[in-house]
Amino acid sequence: MTLPEGHRIRTIIVDDEDLARQVLREFLSAHSEIEIVAECANGFEAVKSVTERKPDLVFLDIQMPKLDGFEVLELIGAGPAVIFVTAYDTFAIRAFEVHAVDYLLKPISAPRFEAALERAKERLSGKLPAPPLPALDLAAAARPPQQYLDRIPVRDGASVFIIPVAKLDYAEAQDDYVALASQGKKHLKQQTISSLETSLDPSRFLRIHRSYIVNLERVAKIEPYGKDSYVAVLSTGAQLPVSRAGHARLRAFLDR
Amino acid sequence: MHPILTQLRRLVFYLLGWIPLAGMLTYLLAVTGGLTWWQAGAVAFPLCLLYAFVCLAAWYPCLATPLERSSVPRFLFTHVAGAVVASALWLLAARSLVRMLSGSREFRGIDARLSEDLPLLFGTGVLLYLLAVGFHYVLLAVEASRQAEARVMQAGLLARDAELRALKAQVNPHFLFNSLNSISALTSSDPPKAREMCILLGDFLRRTLGLGEKPSIPLAEEMSLVHAFLAVEKIRYGDRLQMEEAIDPAALNAEVPPLLLQPLVENAVVHGVANLVEGGWIRLAVERRDGLLEIAIENQFDPEAPRRRRNGVGLVNVRQRLEARYPGHASFQATAAGDRFRVAISLPIESEQAQALVNRVSLERTS
Repeated sequence: MTLPEGHRIRTIIVDDEDLARQVLREFLSAHSEIEIVAECANGFEAVKSVTERKPDLVFLDIQMPKLDGFEVLELIGAGPAVIFVTAYDTFAIRAFEVHAVDYLLKPISAPRFEAALERAKERLSGKLPAPPLPALDLAAAARPPQQYLDRIPVRDGASVFIIPVAKLDYAEAQDDYVALASQGKKHLKQQTISSLETSLDPSRFLRIHRSYIVNLERVAKIEPYGKDSYVAVLSTGAQLPVSRAGHARLRAFLDR
Repeated sequence: MHPILTQLRRLVFYLLGWIPLAGMLTYLLAVTGGLTWWQAGAVAFPLCLLYAFVCLAAWYPCLATPLERSSVPRFLFTHVAGAVVASALWLLAARSLVRMLSGSREFRGIDARLSEDLPLLFGTGVLLYLLAVGFHYVLLAVEASRQAEARVMQAGLLARDAELRALKAQVNPHFLFNSLNSISALTSSDPPKAREMCILLGDFLRRTLGLGEKPSIPLAEEMSLVHAFLAVEKIRYGDRLQMEEAIDPAALNAEVPPLLLQPLVENAVVHGVANLVEGGWIRLAVERRDGLLEIAIENQFDPEAPRRRRNGVGLVNVRQRLEARYPGHASFQATAAGDRFRVAISLPIESEQAQALVNRVSLERTS
């Protein structure tokens, strides 16, 4: 993204603590090229604001009500430059370092703030390459070890919908998207099925086919389907194809 | 020092064990040795008493020849040589004894008869010594396993102590850094408030610092720690944080483990209020009833909040400490219903004597 000459950098501050937003506001006020277009105090507001106002730059706190910073990033996708802000989160910081994501530590120091802002501006003006943030990889890298997703946020326009993984029946790959089947509805999310597979608890979810992950609690029975292939019948009535490898995995699990 | 000689009780049991052996020797001497029962007994019992002590010497060769680390020839040589020497000494003693006895009328001629029995006596001596060798190896094994057990237990105790101390002394870094950030914000917008917050934070940190060392504190002291914590959080969260308290005045002087309530209040803030856009309340109630302290802490929370990335050790920590300190006498229950989370604890109020004991034990462990 390249900014035209004289363009002001439209900025959103996201933090649930008023005083934390105040520090950023104060630091930003010294920069006439910055225009603060919104301040948000929780994750839902942040997604809504970013979708509607299309900012260039977002300061994003990690721990907030409704959605955490990683979930927000996942939902706003590759739009604005993002600077994460956190007080103390060893796993997140390691992930930021690995993925070269800008971040600030609380209490925020002015020189570090200036450096991060400068880098963001260079990215926005095209002097620094601005690869889209790998939101899902980043979130996965920042997750404490042995911790799996407990919910999946999906977005429909400016509104956000949360699917607790316990209510996910199955996921189906559709090109660059996955369709998440939950409570009789399907929600589309831009993610590969392999990436989804690695974030789910392998003792609860199983890849039964190149294009399908199933919630093991929903599997009612497995029936043969033609020569060498099977279908999994779910308690919801849905029928999913099972590949030969998937069948072996499923059997191994059910026999346990 | 020989383990049997260090305790009178063990020595008595050991010597009692020799009585049947002395009986068997009496039988041998009487039936095959041609002595009368009375003569056989008078010879066998003193000899066995003496040999019981001689056989204790097997401890040292056994110690020097550990079963698992000695070659077979060395093992055989050591113990067979030991047996021969011990038995030969025993024979000398037997001859002196018999010579002494033969002076009296009942024992006349006993020395001549016994010299025919010498091979029998020698063989018995060798066997008894080898028996003692076996016995000592068993003793060594028992001793070794007892020591290993004690070491494991000691290590476990030390580890748990260290763990509990570490858990107790923990100040949540998230809380600390966020508070510093708030102070940083206030320095320009409201300097007096920034100074106030510095002092409140300092007050809280100072109170927590010394607490890890103390085994227990009065509830009133724990409550002031809770208040110092809340005073800081109140500046961060403003009106979002509401605290209600109902504390039984009779409970205030009860002794409680330090950092019992503060982690629970912190948990209620972090997992409750902090996740609520409009904020929420925390209710703390403490009552003293029938020798028990009953504590209930309840807070609002958002059941659909994102999982906190720093998973609270607070609750687990408090529960473990209660279990370790009052095994079977304290209860801890955490329940979530709708948008309410509630922790209920009951613990015995310690009498002053019990209190002094706990204090002493933990002081001894720390030193």
